[in-house]
Amino acid sequence: MKSNLPPPAAPLGDKMALKLEGIAKSFGQGQARTIALKQANFEALFGQLTMLVGPSGCGKTTLLSIMAGTLSADAGQINVLGHLLHQFKEGALTTFRANHVGFVFQQFNLIGTLTTVENVSVPLVINGVKPKEAERRAVELLARVGLQGRENESPTKLSGGQQQRVAIARALIHNPPLLICDEPTSALDRETGIEIMEIIRDIARDPQRCVIVVSHDPRIYRFADRMAEMEDGCITRVLSTPAEIGAAH
Amino acid sequence: MNRLALKMLFGDRAKYVMLISGITFATLLMASSAALFTGLMMWTTSLLHNVRAPVWVADPKAALVNDNKPLRDTDVNRVRSVDGVAWAVPLYQGISQARLLNGAFQLITIVGIDASTLIGAPTRIIAGRPEDLRLPNSIIIDDEGIKHLSAKYEHRVGIGDVVEINDHEARIVCICKTLRSLTGGPYVFTTYERAIRDYVPPQRKLLSFVLAAPQPGISVAEINQRIHRETGLAAYSEDEFMWSTIWWYVIYTHIPVNVGTIVIIGFLVGIVISGQTFYSFVIENTRALGALKAMGTSNGRMAGMLAVQSLTVGIIGFGLGMGMVTINGVIADKTGELPFLLTWHIPVAVLVAVLSICVVAADRGVQRMSKIDCASVFR
Repeated sequence: MKSNLPPPAAPLGDKMALKLEGIAKSFGQGQARTIALKQANFEALFGQLTMLVGPSGCGKTTLLSIMAGTLSADAGQINVLGHLLHQFKEGALTTFRANHVGFVFQQFNLIGTLTTVENVSVPLVINGVKPKEAERRAVELLARVGLQGRENESPTKLSGGQQQRVAIARALIHNPPLLICDEPTSALDRETGIEIMEIIRDIARDPQRCVIVVSHDPRIYRFADRMAEMEDGCITRVLSTPAEIGAAH
Repeated sequence: MNRLALKMLFGDRAKYVMLISGITFATLLMASSAALFTGLMMWTTSLLHNVRAPVWVADPKAALVNDNKPLRDTDVNRVRSVDGVAWAVPLYQGISQARLLNGAFQLITIVGIDASTLIGAPTRIIAGRPEDLRLPNSIIIDDEGIKHLSAKYEHRVGIGDVVEINDHEARIVCICKTLRSLTGGPYVFTTYERAIRDYVPPQRKLLSFVLAAPQPGISVAEINQRIHRETGLAAYSEDEFMWSTIWWYVIYTHIPVNVGTIVIIGFLVGIVISGQTFYSFVIENTRALGALKAMGTSNGRMAGMLAVQSLTVGIIGFGLGMGMVTINGVIADKTGELPFLLTWHIPVAVLVAVLSICVVAADRGVQRMSKIDCASVFR
């Protein structure tokens, strides 16, 4: 999709998709203050599926929200696709997300009163594409994720796996360079989860796309090309190859 | 996004029905009350609608057309003698009772008009001839009177039937249609002389009004000034007398307060139902709306979506409400029992009120929506 933002202010290297340095984030004030991230550093490359793993409450989702542009950091540099998000105001962040980011949520977050094809077409409509054209492209994408013939059904009538496929189609329809997946398999059974991860891994093969998956499910670690382990708000270890990942997990 | 907004609205049937019902009810309440009020005010001036004349000359202290402050008989000639007056005729109006042959009584409004010119005679004739009013003991009665009298009699009362007014015979020679009177009772027209001689108890002064008209080339306003200057009497145009009457009722009765209260209640009910429904719509769709925000929908755009939803239900509810009001009006018109007048001002004013309801209701939802944290969809 054509971006409505000015060109990237700080392009990264060839394969580097995003680079976060010294990210700090806390919530609350005074005695209720919780430090979610402490000097977290994170990198992800194009053409790879990078997994962010760690125990519950370690700050994975917070870091994911920051790199997606849905949450601001208290400190640090956030370079995503060459755009310095820490310098963006709210409006620019909204535009950035619309143009550059696709989301796959844990709970699918499909709109129940819309059909599957209408749900998938939403990101295109947000970007100003006419609904008819958006729905035409949505039908094509639904076929690619194996949901041909289910275009006019309500998402509530689909299984969990099917709903997540719809969500993946929705995340890809506007061809975003960055795909953010927050616990995409935690609401699914093992078999369905594996099917979904196979789809996401195939998407990550695109050399012009960077896929970040947050998960605490060890069953899907094998799909990662690169893994960053988190604990207590910091990245504690980075495993850069599937072999390293396999050895560690 | 507007199309998606409407789909989200129509897809949630319960909310949609609630919203439409709220707006429809508010519209029905506001418009019906206003139409009832204007209908009532029209009934207060029914004599002016049933007896047409460009100039109404009355006692200077008579502020409304229902106020009987009798003039002297000589006042007719005094008005005639004013330069520029084309004609001037006497008019009597008063309340009396008609007695049927079976003994039943009916309250009536008697109007006595000039026999030679028949100025003031009803124009909407259902049966018979107004000219027959010149026959002895004759009256013209309106269809309201026919209905009331027939209800108390074995057969439908009609032309040729005889009633008794003030112990004098009154034969029906013509039936007309009139605008109903607020003070009650059907209209009965007769000649001025017969009215004051036979059909009302004798009094020293019985002339209610003098009806007049200016000569060609002279305006009503100008002739009214001349009449007042030369005779000391009050002279009104039809419109002036109508508004003077209406304002009297507005100021000296509590009708506007009661009606206004109902209108305000309708407005507030609309705001509460719609506002609360939009608010709960946003609450129930927090995750979906949060996802939309995360995917790059700005707060402004989402506010626009809510505005589209609000205006859509507003227009649909307004249409349904006005449809029901119109049906009310048709029934009121057919039966003639209810005061109801739907002028164009009422739908316009109610539409403005409905749009205000929509804005306030949508704003409630927008305020809640702006607080949705798009990062919350990651939890």
